[in-house]
Amino acid sequence: MQIIDARGLSCPEPVILTRQAMTSGADSYQVMVDNNTSKENVTRYAHHQGYKVQISEQDGEYTLLISK
Amino acid sequence: MENQVKLTKLASCAGCGAKVGAGTLCRLLEGFDTHSDPKLLVGYDKSDDASVYAVSEELAIVQTTDFFPPIVDDPFLYGQIAATNALSDVYAMGGEPKLALNIMCIPEKMEQHTVQEILRGGYAKAYEAGAIITGGHTIHGAEPIYGLAVTGFVHPDKLWRNCGARPGDVLILTKPLGVGILTTAAKAALVEQSLLDKLYTQMSTLNKYARDVLTKYSVHACTDVTGFALLGHSLEMAQGSAVTIHLRAEAIPYHEEAYEMASMGFIPAGAYRNREFAEAHVKVLGNIPLPLQDICYDPQTSGGLLCALPEAEAKACLDELQIVAPASAIVGYVSEQLDAALYLE
Repeated sequence: MQIIDARGLSCPEPVILTRQAMTSGADSYQVMVDNNTSKENVTRYAHHQGYKVQISEQDGEYTLLISK
Repeated sequence: MENQVKLTKLASCAGCGAKVGAGTLCRLLEGFDTHSDPKLLVGYDKSDDASVYAVSEELAIVQTTDFFPPIVDDPFLYGQIAATNALSDVYAMGGEPKLALNIMCIPEKMEQHTVQEILRGGYAKAYEAGAIITGGHTIHGAEPIYGLAVTGFVHPDKLWRNCGARPGDVLILTKPLGVGILTTAAKAALVEQSLLDKLYTQMSTLNKYARDVLTKYSVHACTDVTGFALLGHSLEMAQGSAVTIHLRAEAIPYHEEAYEMASMGFIPAGAYRNREFAEAHVKVLGNIPLPLQDICYDPQTSGGLLCALPEAEAKACLDELQIVAPASAIVGYVSEQLDAALYLE
């Protein structure tokens, strides 16, 4: 599982990082973000690329588990 | 790009995406003492585009201001877009801008040439609009800001509020949507230069020409679609008019590339703020794809006019509008108030 820490970044940086990471072709990724916009945008990107997304939240930070 | 300073790198939010959300604004403006004055024709109670004060029976003064951080790297273009956007609020009231003041914030290290180019852009658009920039105020700060405070005039009987829409009216939008999404995607270098050039031209096109056409018709309500997006500004119009506005998704003009970029998650934070503000009042009928909904919540910088006018006049008006604003389209209609202020159908 590849981990992408995009906390502290605002749109569109988390999507750009996720996109770059996905060129590796791994089966699953874990993306961490700390705002709703990034959570929504990374989720949209993952769905667009055909992945499933599981989201968990803790103290305003989101962890997105992205898998095929 | 010749500019050494990447202007957009100095901005945390782009253009009208920087706008404070409508819900937050409502809370901030609560509870202040204000004078009531029968000559104040439009105040902030209806969330309109500008304030309007009757000087005489024939003349009302229109006042507004708008400014934002850089949305493009070219300083001349940035100045043009910021000025076009600020002048638009006067056109949205049916008025003509006459005087303007620069509002500017520049980092201390910004080159003189860059500052002058921003101002030159503002002057060029004010000149095109027939308005005179008579002064202004400039301060130092980390993030550049540019815009105008604009004074214009309108005949009190020819004033367009955002709250006069009537059942039986149709709605016309004069510029295509998707600007916020595409400028966000541009930060990831995913937008071709030819499309960016098209967006820049659109954002620096004065709403003057659309306004001039609309003055020939029975406009019941008008606003410009900017930071609160098509749905946010339509919501203000619907609530202010005590009607329901029906937007027909397939009729809404947008840059088709914005659909793909929205589906890939290149959506500005302002779009989510707009959704948060308006969503409870929007009834989505049928299967409207999420990217298209996102486009309807996308904050527009220097967007087009959205106006309500009688259906009988719509075709002639649209034909004439399309000469000066080719993307103009009938995007919906107005009904009696139903269970939701907005229908997206």
